[in-house]
Amino acid sequence: MSGAESVGDERSAPDGVDRTPVTDADVCVVGAGPAGALVADRLAGEREVVVLDAGPRFDPEDRLARQERAIRPFYDRPDVWGVGGERDAHENAGDRSYPLNHARVKGVGGSTLHWQGMVMRLHEDDFDSASERGVGADWPVDYADLRPYYAEAERELGVAGASDNPYAPPREEPHPMPAFQPSYSDSLFAEACESLGIDMHSVPNARNSEPYDDRSPCVGYGTCQPVCPSGAKYDATVHVERAEAAGATVIDRAPVERLEHDGDDRVAAAVYATPDGERHRQEADAFVVAAGGVETPRLLLLSASDRYPDGLANGSGHVGEFFMDHLFAGAGGTLDEETRQNHVGFYTSACDQFYDEADESQAPFKLEFFNYAGPSPVESALTGDDWGDALRDRLRDEYGNHVAMGALVEQLPDADSRVTLADDRTDDRGNPVPRIEWTVGDRALDTIERANAIQVEVLEELGADVEWVAGPDATGPAYHHMGTTRMSDDPDRGVVDADCRTHDLENCWIASSSVFPTSGAMNPTLTIAALALRVGDDVAGWLADES
Amino acid sequence: MELTRRDAAAALAALGASGGVALGARFAADRGERPEEDGSRDGDDVPADDEAVRETLTAVASVVYPSEVAGVSEFVEGFLAGRLDGSAHATGVRETVAELNHLANTWHGAPVADLDSADRDRLLREVGADTAEEDPGGTTAERVRYYVVNELLLALYASPTGGELVGIENPQGHPGGAESYQRGPQ
Ligand SMILES: Cc1cc2nc3c(=O)[nH]c(=O)nc-3n(C[C@H](O)[C@H](O)[C@H](O)COP(=O)(O)OP(=O)(O)OC[C@H]3O[C@@H](n4cnc5c(N)ncnc54)[C@H](O)[C@@H]3O)c2cc1C
Ligand code: SF4
Repeated sequence: MSGAESVGDERSAPDGVDRTPVTDADVCVVGAGPAGALVADRLAGEREVVVLDAGPRFDPEDRLARQERAIRPFYDRPDVWGVGGERDAHENAGDRSYPLNHARVKGVGGSTLHWQGMVMRLHEDDFDSASERGVGADWPVDYADLRPYYAEAERELGVAGASDNPYAPPREEPHPMPAFQPSYSDSLFAEACESLGIDMHSVPNARNSEPYDDRSPCVGYGTCQPVCPSGAKYDATVHVERAEAAGATVIDRAPVERLEHDGDDRVAAAVYATPDGERHRQEADAFVVAAGGVETPRLLLLSASDRYPDGLANGSGHVGEFFMDHLFAGAGGTLDEETRQNHVGFYTSACDQFYDEADESQAPFKLEFFNYAGPSPVESALTGDDWGDALRDRLRDEYGNHVAMGALVEQLPDADSRVTLADDRTDDRGNPVPRIEWTVGDRALDTIERANAIQVEVLEELGADVEWVAGPDATGPAYHHMGTTRMSDDPDRGVVDADCRTHDLENCWIASSSVFPTSGAMNPTLTIAALALRVGDDVAGWLADES
Repeated sequence: MELTRRDAAAALAALGASGGVALGARFAADRGERPEEDGSRDGDDVPADDEAVRETLTAVASVVYPSEVAGVSEFVEGFLAGRLDGSAHATGVRETVAELNHLANTWHGAPVADLDSADRDRLLREVGADTAEEDPGGTTAERVRYYVVNELLLALYASPTGGELVGIENPQGHPGGAESYQRGPQ
């Protein structure tokens, strides 16, 4: 089907699908992003699993039309995967506005449909931030506890990587696929970095550098974020399909509106809505909430009852608090030579050298060397009031010699940075929308400046005219929602325990970056995947003990 | 620079086409909003047939494509063969082409394909397609920008030959492999 505006209307079209509850379900998973999909796949062979997702199933045939949306100026990023409108309404309060609908996708596959697919392990000290760096909160688990799950997560997602990074945490085995080769612009950066004593190394990508898992290798469409038409970039439809093949039931367009509990501090049912205007109750023995870092706390808060007036699993009062994201720091400019940008939509080199310098006043951060600096000619061609030779000349002028670097910086957990329920704004189903108060502390802002200083130094060594710097005033979020149902051994200090099971409800787990007590500066999804696999094992063990 | 069949195929690979006639009905409904009437339509335009679309787009391409591009009519034909499927998009292209030809007839006394190059350029600017931002459900200017001008620019600059004209042989939208990013300037 051609044409960006021809993308199917999965959100509102009637489709005759049966969305009634599954009888005798062992496990109900809320959310079909990577966290929910991995849990479901883990359990589906042995157990009756049902997955409920608020968003639709997207037709794979529409991916090229979605790519056209990514390129055409008429469409905004959230339009690519149909995010927005009353269903996804939210409120912002606090110092900084948070662009929530640019930062997620609702539907089967979740936000990985849109993500970039950079997948690193957290560093050992990220799990011990309070003890090692004197700030933040320690996780009740260590790198060593997660290490085998990290390896498994890398196999599940299909990660292309190499062992050339001296700053990465220890690993026993190579990545499942070889790393992508460095880009031409990486080679330009390499010279500058070498003379400054800055180490560059490869970066792990959840993207096929060779055929893997019956999926194509990367073919260079260059629109990875927000859509990979070839399927080379991992997205969670992989595990949804696998779970379904193993017998799981996946119900789309089924937003869970509340979790109901019984008198024994167990979740009894997930109450969900369907497009025909009906409401259903999905009962199960165990529940796994995997609705992302904003909708997960929202659902717990929406599930308040007489017994739990502050929301479900909220005995600690911390549900929704400690909302964190990674902060972007960047700089870019132009060289007087060609730099060959925008052939692919991912980066191939990074620098983790400064990461573990982190202490009380400096946050961990990592540096990225972009392969997509400056304008993409096809996108520029569609804006502007020129055509013919004049347009060609402008495109030639604009394209060709840009370079840029990015960085991600940790922000500390702060109880005032939080997700609550809006007082008087409701969504399309009449439920209070999430209200985000996002605050960023000085340690992160100072570290952004430190990252900028290194970036500018590298660019100047390269001989670039530095044309922009995204510093503390221009920073923005990397779209990683973390911290809102934090993990702690102490029921007064956290929402879930070290196994990601809620302290208050025996049969309810949370699989999400919402459990991260401190975030580190690495993109979160490999850690989400590792935790999800671990949740799968814990749920399996619990169910076995129960029966 | 010569556009080839490979470019047309590449443009299609980038933009998608599946000859989805059967699926067309499914999308008829999402074209609910008709554009605001801006006085320039008289409501009589029948959607253009394939031949008229090809002729008109080829004529417009001669204005909006750089002068050194050769093989335009084969390129446009090859690329439209996939785009004129049963989709809402195809309908939008046909309707907008009919509208543009109606204006060409009214203002310049001939359909776009029969105007000389200067008049085609003038017509597009009179319509406002140069300064309009594309919008498939917008004013005539915005729709001409979306369905005609940008349709053609997208096809060209997402193809290897179009990309090469401006220095990138593997432009966004074109699956040109995972090697070109590693290569230095030739
Ligand atoms: C532009 C962008 C780029 C990114 N790049 C990277 C990257 O390079 N590396 C990285 O590690 N991470 C990246 N991320 C983040 C990554 O996408 C997320 O960390 C990951 O998808 C989170 O997985 P999840 O399963 O917890 O949540 P999600 O993927 O968000 O999935 C949650 C699912 O739950 C569903 N849901 C929500 N509420 C309900 C409800 N009440 N009832 C039923 N279902 C519900 C939603 O519809 C959704 O499908 C990026 C994100 C974006 C937006
Ligand atoms: S560059 Fe590779 S991963 Fe990115 S969209 Fe293209 S094929 Fe997919």
